[in-house]
Amino acid sequence: MQTKRAMILVSNDPESIRLGANELIQHLTEALVAYELQDEVEISTLSSVGTSNILPLVVVYPESTVYGPVKAADARFLVEEHLYKGRIAEDLLAPPKQLSGNIGWLRAHKGYNPAEQRIVLERAGRIDPENIEEFIAEDGYQALGKALSEMTPEQVIETIEKSGLQGRGGAGFPTGRKWKFVRLAKGEKKYIICNADESEPGTFKDRIVLEGDPHTILEAMAIAGYALGADEGYIYIRGEYGLAYRRLQHAIEQAEELGFLGKDIFETGFNFHIHLHTGAGAYVCGEETALIESLEGKRGEPRARPPYPVTHGLWNKPTLVNNVETLANIPAIIRNGAEWYRSFGTPTSPGTKVYTIMGNVNFTGVIEVPMGITLREVINIYAKGMQPGSILRMAQTGGSSGSIIPASLQDTPMDFESFRKAGVSLGSGALLICDQNICIVDLVKVLLQFFRFESCGKCTPCRVGTQRAYEIVDRISQGRGRLEDLDMLSSLGQEMERAANCGLGQTAAVPIRDMLKHFRTEAEAHILLGSCPAGKCEMLPEVEYV
Amino acid sequence: MIARTIERDVSEIVQEAIEKHGAKRDALIPILSEVNHELGYIPAEAFQEIQRQLNAEEAHTFVSKSQLFGLASFYDMLSTEPRGRHVIKFCENAPCHVVGGKAVWDRLSDTLDLKNGETTADKKWTLVTTSCLGLCSVGPVVLIDDDLYGNLGPDQIDEILARYE
Repeated sequence: MQTKRAMILVSNDPESIRLGANELIQHLTEALVAYELQDEVEISTLSSVGTSNILPLVVVYPESTVYGPVKAADARFLVEEHLYKGRIAEDLLAPPKQLSGNIGWLRAHKGYNPAEQRIVLERAGRIDPENIEEFIAEDGYQALGKALSEMTPEQVIETIEKSGLQGRGGAGFPTGRKWKFVRLAKGEKKYIICNADESEPGTFKDRIVLEGDPHTILEAMAIAGYALGADEGYIYIRGEYGLAYRRLQHAIEQAEELGFLGKDIFETGFNFHIHLHTGAGAYVCGEETALIESLEGKRGEPRARPPYPVTHGLWNKPTLVNNVETLANIPAIIRNGAEWYRSFGTPTSPGTKVYTIMGNVNFTGVIEVPMGITLREVINIYAKGMQPGSILRMAQTGGSSGSIIPASLQDTPMDFESFRKAGVSLGSGALLICDQNICIVDLVKVLLQFFRFESCGKCTPCRVGTQRAYEIVDRISQGRGRLEDLDMLSSLGQEMERAANCGLGQTAAVPIRDMLKHFRTEAEAHILLGSCPAGKCEMLPEVEYV
Repeated sequence: MIARTIERDVSEIVQEAIEKHGAKRDALIPILSEVNHELGYIPAEAFQEIQRQLNAEEAHTFVSKSQLFGLASFYDMLSTEPRGRHVIKFCENAPCHVVGGKAVWDRLSDTLDLKNGETTADKKWTLVTTSCLGLCSVGPVVLIDDDLYGNLGPDQIDEILARYE
């Protein structure tokens, strides 16, 4: 793809269209042609920002300049001033502080997609991951040096707490608070664990970090070790990630050789060792207590909680378990400070989020953007739109244990707070975009197949619940369902959410709930009409009674 | 990796795995993985051998065979059944499914005449489904031994299978 030097975003929510957004886009396109800029500048659309008095709204990247309201007649002037002459068209600027949406926080980063901001993926793809010197040249191990020489453990924890960083593994628990719990937990021996058992379907962000920038994780773990009073760390990496394993192994050797890991780091008397441990194929080991069981050489069956790992973790010692993406934020926060970190994202969900985009869109892959952008923006800007002939029907956010949302929710800002309010899970950041040809019943069936396969079998609600739910949905998908099945599914799901021992069994019910909440009519069509509206499910022929 | 099985003694393989990963309780999964990798699966005699060597006085790590079998049956990458010379792992999760995974599965299953978990009579192929391999941007994805195939369509299957002896 040719790289464009700028991007114009025009709001095209119903309100903006009523106020002439389509006409504006037309005029902007013509103006670009008039100034021969059509190959350098791209026009795309933007979701509603929640204020109607400055619509239609135009945002020009990479400068993130916000204009509004812009009339079709202003198009030529805007293009001439901003894009041809390269100065801000002052007269058209949107009045400050009018935006209740999120675009005010979007920032540009040279060389990437218009509003991408790379903190976690800062070095991935830019440095040779097998060469520690390239990492050092890019500020590597600087944060560890700073923490060890200029900060007390308490100051490190305070910085992380102030930054507002929340766990990126799915649950969104405040990282600083978790660190504090482990710091305050009684016991001489403590452990730091990096959860690299990335098995959530549709999620491969951690793999990109581990393969592209393994030293960041080592540095973050050493910082955590210093802050929490631990001298040993484990990276639990899933068995399927062979390349990431080899790169980590190599990185640990290099870091030990140069004295960034091991004994008496930076001659401060601080010791920290990292062990690498691979899984052997079990989704449930991403759950932190199951992961700990597996590290101890047992079946990965989640423990009953409380007590939590922060007090009773590996070998019953206080243990910090953090996700790869969470840890990858740590060095940058220590280097640049909490205030800097808070300048990205939204006030309640600071920082960036790495999303994996897949499904029926033109671009699939990884992006890192500030918290709070909307699904519509992700699809239109980063995913380069839906595939030809495809219309957005639904999206699954956060992998199999995430939520299935209908197209109508695509303007919800994607941050922990807004998603929580909308009853949606941000999960791991996987975004599976589905078009009109995807059948919800078929999709839920695939998800339940996954859960019944991956259920560890320890507790009955999950072991039996996932199996029964699968059977019911399978029946519905074959046109053999009954209306009562939907109620049965609903109550089964509620019981699983309430009674299952760990997140796996609890979230296995989420696809069921989302189907019944947003797509009930489609499920009913399978039952009452004996046909699949999307034409996906293979219906069994009707039974003939003689 | 399979050819070596005939030549090599199970107890030797177990001994090497234990030396490499340590005679510790928390090394059981790496030890089993190693044996699985060397033999293609973990036969009953390997469980026996691991137990014998770990329970030996100098190792002093007491494990039961049921513990070992419990681990092997729990983790998906470990197998207690012999497998074919080539193992085909098909990702059956949602991201691969929505971009046409089922058509690929149907073709694989029809071509080899295998259901999930089965091995061909000539012991050439084993076909299994697997959970997400973390390569979702190039789905549908199939892993044959250590070779990865992405962006697959059913029409590519014959040509790919023909590459294997």
